[in-house]
Amino acid sequence: MSEIGTMRVKSGLAEMLKGGVIMDVTTAEQAKLAEEAGACAVMALERVPADIRAEGGVARMADPTKIREIQEAVTIPVMAKARIGHFAEAQILQALEVDYIDESEVLTPADEEHHIDKWQFTVPFVCGARNLGEALRRIAEGAAMIRTKGEAGTGDIVNAVRHMRAVYGGIRRLGSLREEELFAEAKNLGAPVELVKWVAENGKLPVVTFTAGGIATPADASLCMQLGADGVFVGSGIFKSSDPAVRAKAIVEATTHYQDPEVLARVSQGLGEAMASISTAGLDESQLLETRGW
Amino acid sequence: MDEPLRIGVLAVQGNFREHVNVLRRLGVEASEVRKPHQLDGLDGLIIPGGESTAIGKLVRAYELEQAILGFEGAIFGTCAGMILLARDAVDGLPGQPLLGLIDIGVRRNAYGRQVHSFETDLELAGESRPLRAVFIRAPWIERVGAGVEVLAKHDHRPVLAREGRILVAAFHPELTDDTRVHELFCEVVREAASVRS
Repeated sequence: MSEIGTMRVKSGLAEMLKGGVIMDVTTAEQAKLAEEAGACAVMALERVPADIRAEGGVARMADPTKIREIQEAVTIPVMAKARIGHFAEAQILQALEVDYIDESEVLTPADEEHHIDKWQFTVPFVCGARNLGEALRRIAEGAAMIRTKGEAGTGDIVNAVRHMRAVYGGIRRLGSLREEELFAEAKNLGAPVELVKWVAENGKLPVVTFTAGGIATPADASLCMQLGADGVFVGSGIFKSSDPAVRAKAIVEATTHYQDPEVLARVSQGLGEAMASISTAGLDESQLLETRGW
Repeated sequence: MDEPLRIGVLAVQGNFREHVNVLRRLGVEASEVRKPHQLDGLDGLIIPGGESTAIGKLVRAYELEQAILGFEGAIFGTCAGMILLARDAVDGLPGQPLLGLIDIGVRRNAYGRQVHSFETDLELAGESRPLRAVFIRAPWIERVGAGVEVLAKHDHRPVLAREGRILVAAFHPELTDDTRVHELFCEVVREAASVRS
């Protein structure tokens, strides 16, 4: 019997993206440039995070006209962002046949309590997480891929590192607990005990985990991969830099050859200026995107 | 006792880790291949699924294209790997390398976008037990050359095929616990090695 939309089929696409770079794009031209640079997928959105941060206002799902143009322009998977809890945006994105939906804190949340019930969809979802509990709650809601959140649109990697250390450190910690201790730990994490047990036994999340938020250089991509990421999302880091085509290709090569400092040294040369960056330590609580979602 | 087989998995992008895991379960000495010299001494190579355009660019940029063409062991390509090994692609992109090591023509993303990705049971040539196969934005084989043996079909289209030392699958045997396709590849690797010696 043939089945569509099973968890294996949904997470299967994320498995194929591993070791790759998913790039934020706002136009068909940018999507082509990303594909040409070797991106394994593109993320369609109306404004890159740095612009959302600078301009403020309500950030929504991208215009379906733009999404269609991007889908026409490339053959790699096209993802698109929906607001947290905005299941109607997600329904539209599924009707457009985007390949993955990112229920993203980078957009303005539509619901203050509930994330989208992702089990209701055939299209797979990726969700952000700052720690193990958040990741497991999203997986329980049907997410087929996780990305650590970082702090989008800043070019500062420190939040991404904090979130990866929290997720991967949390996984290692679970492995050290006794069976009966996992029940209390599930309560602490706010996650279903079955998932907590699975992670404790297998030493990893049941879905692919990428890193996002603040990646601006090939060295940043290598750092994330060495800390355990399966791949990276780059948002503003490419199209807010002085030479997007060269930087995009360099970050792709750095993600593949993340353990090879000679390759990293070579691809890090001649890239021009990185994106205009903001230290997240100086950001006010209200300016943080990472605290959206729960 | 025979020496364990040594099989590399092309690890520039895609689902390489799962292939390594399956091979190790089968007692194979498995390694990741990112640079040409890492092919030295291998009996076989797996080119995994991933994004065929991304893999193609990285293969070309790191001189793996010539190295794989010069590799004499058996090669197994799944999904994107099958596209890379094919002689022609109906809707290939300009500049996308095709190694032409198996006489088939493929169509990329033939089943459509991700919402049409599926899993299904396949009949495997010579086996009574069905094989669960996962197709992710999968290609299919449109044209099969005279020397190519079709080992499984889905909806009348070949999805598992072999020509000599080259094996290709449109689906992902590394995503299920059924190791029969990898076992078949190990046989192909042994045959190819005995032909060479």
